[in-house]
Amino acid sequence: MFDTLKSRIYQGEQFIKDIKNAPMREQFRGLPVLKNSNCDNCKKCTGVCPTGALSINPLKIDIGKCTFCGMCKNICERNAINFSNFYKLSSTNRESLIIDERITEELFCKTAVEVRKEITSVFSKSLKLRQVSAGGCNGCEMELNAASNVNFDMGRFGIDFVASPRHADGIVITGPVTKNMAYALEDCYNAIPDPKIIILCGTCAISGGVYQNSNEIDRGFLDKHKIDLYIPGCPVHPLTFINGILDFIKERK
Amino acid sequence: MRPAAFFGKDWGRGQVKLFVVLADDKNGNFYTTSSLFRAGIKSYESISRVVPSFYNFEREFFEEFNIEPLNHPWLKPLRKNQDKYPFFKMEGDEIHEVAVGPIHAGIIEPGHFRFMCNGENVYHLEIALGYQHKGTENLMTQTPSNQLIESVAGDSVIAYSLAYSNVMETMKGISVSNKAQLIRKLALEMERAAIHIGDLGAISGDIAYLMGASVFGATRTLVINTMLEFSGSRFGRGFLTLGGVNFDIDEKKIERALKTLDKVEIDVSRMVKTMLKNSTVMSRLEKTGTVSYERAKEINLVGMAARAAGLNIDSRYDYPDKWTKELGLKKEKFDGAGDVNSRFRLRYEEIIDSISIIRKIFDKLKEYKNEPVNSGYEVLNKENSKDAFVISVVEGWRGEVVHIGMSDNNGKLSRYKIKDPSFNNWYGLALAVRNNGVSDFPLCNKSFNLSYSGCDL
Repeated sequence: MFDTLKSRIYQGEQFIKDIKNAPMREQFRGLPVLKNSNCDNCKKCTGVCPTGALSINPLKIDIGKCTFCGMCKNICERNAINFSNFYKLSSTNRESLIIDERITEELFCKTAVEVRKEITSVFSKSLKLRQVSAGGCNGCEMELNAASNVNFDMGRFGIDFVASPRHADGIVITGPVTKNMAYALEDCYNAIPDPKIIILCGTCAISGGVYQNSNEIDRGFLDKHKIDLYIPGCPVHPLTFINGILDFIKERK
Repeated sequence: MRPAAFFGKDWGRGQVKLFVVLADDKNGNFYTTSSLFRAGIKSYESISRVVPSFYNFEREFFEEFNIEPLNHPWLKPLRKNQDKYPFFKMEGDEIHEVAVGPIHAGIIEPGHFRFMCNGENVYHLEIALGYQHKGTENLMTQTPSNQLIESVAGDSVIAYSLAYSNVMETMKGISVSNKAQLIRKLALEMERAAIHIGDLGAISGDIAYLMGASVFGATRTLVINTMLEFSGSRFGRGFLTLGGVNFDIDEKKIERALKTLDKVEIDVSRMVKTMLKNSTVMSRLEKTGTVSYERAKEINLVGMAARAAGLNIDSRYDYPDKWTKELGLKKEKFDGAGDVNSRFRLRYEEIIDSISIIRKIFDKLKEYKNEPVNSGYEVLNKENSKDAFVISVVEGWRGEVVHIGMSDNNGKLSRYKIKDPSFNNWYGLALAVRNNGVSDFPLCNKSFNLSYSGCDL
């Protein structure tokens, strides 16, 4: 028992105190920073983009499609494409995820997440989510598990993942939605009591990502229902996830 | 010898060619053979009757090409038709079935488990997979890229990316600098250490030893954040590219990483030793979920799960590259009983081992300071050699990741075969839970931590 206590003492405090302003390592590839004037239309970047997230003339990156692999940045000789370490990438509408030269961190923050009264009044103190992996590679799944660990400790904000859809207020979907998971996803969604929200987590869920052209994918469910929150990333960083949810359910002061 | 791959390829005009790759671990050789099924030949005598380890391979071949292995022990779907999946039936007063999935209680990938139980005891477990089927191998022939292969198994990003890079570099004739080779090896060991630490935490969580879950969880964060510093991604996405790696590791980063690894080693060791002294922990780990040496050999278990059962196979050493010798790495036999306890202890030993390999690589990197980390991005567009057949084996943290690439007479990639270690080991999990309480399933499952997505199942 003394050994256990010792281990506990050695660990000290692990949690990130201010999750909204948590520092991020500079190497992290977050919000794209584009510079049209540097671009000479050489098209090298569009050639290496695995998902067609990038378009030129003018430069635009759809972070709902982007895998954040950074190949466009690596291959660009004129420094037209960069990624900042800004990690609050969530949005309530799909269009806001298309980033062009004008979008700065402040502007993205202001416009991306639309705060809805009916959401904040019901879910601001407690949000229980059921996660469904519908073809996810285990990347986003591991990061969502990490969101509840001692470092990020999402539970302190009243946000938790629950086992039963009956206990849930919403569904978090990862993966491109395979044909073989389509019915189970629908079942799970139907089992969640109203009112309920749908959150798409990760590039695969938002756009199909690198699997968008696979014929084993069935994204019918996503076309049928209104999506409440998009959280981009490949995989989604726990800080992106937690901050995305907090922005969505808590009223801004 | 054991099967490392067994797959078909459309050979035109209704013909199918079957390729078999056998691994000879003792002598470090691979043997390949093939057989042509002419149009109209729709069956052959099953091999699984004699060599059980072909069981899943033959199911896969049948599903993809509709050529039936006659007298197969149980021919049923592997990836398709989940709604019509046949299960064993048992009858008796105390017999009942427990059905779990495809959606599970936690945040994990989907799969269906059917337990045949007598009271609390599991007689048999059947695992129906295929929910993760994304047509990966087809996509790989159309749009092959490091990014796609990284998203096949998101917990083995480096192993997959490395196996793919090896295949394509051989096919395109791209050389990789010593420095880049070392950085790749380093990333692979970081991945192994990180996942093993995370899984030790998950095992602790499943036996309700929350102290362990917290400590290992926090320690894993240190390792993957170091990976983030190296590559911009916590799991090393975008780290590797054809011809090398995308990022250099400078001395400052090495210094920081060494400090972090020292702390990781101390924290993990302290926690593991505390746990192994604790009788309530040991009573849950020991003799739970056992796969015996004989069974492991019979069903061709691979990787960490095989080593925990006393099978001394590790493709890092059985098929060594030049660095194994230059870094002075030696394979050590692990004396395991094949239970959860063995897998727990083995993972601990591999963490420590990986950290020591990483230190050696950091040291070695100094010799190649001035080498480039990649060969430029023009190599991406290099032509593939024609009619090539390339096998690449990488020991990921789960076990051997086998990638096979074939090109046609125009140099186009015409078949890409992926064999994840989980493809072998799922059956091992089914055997492990026999005669265990059904409530110990999560514990057994986590000790293996197999991938669903990795073999596109």
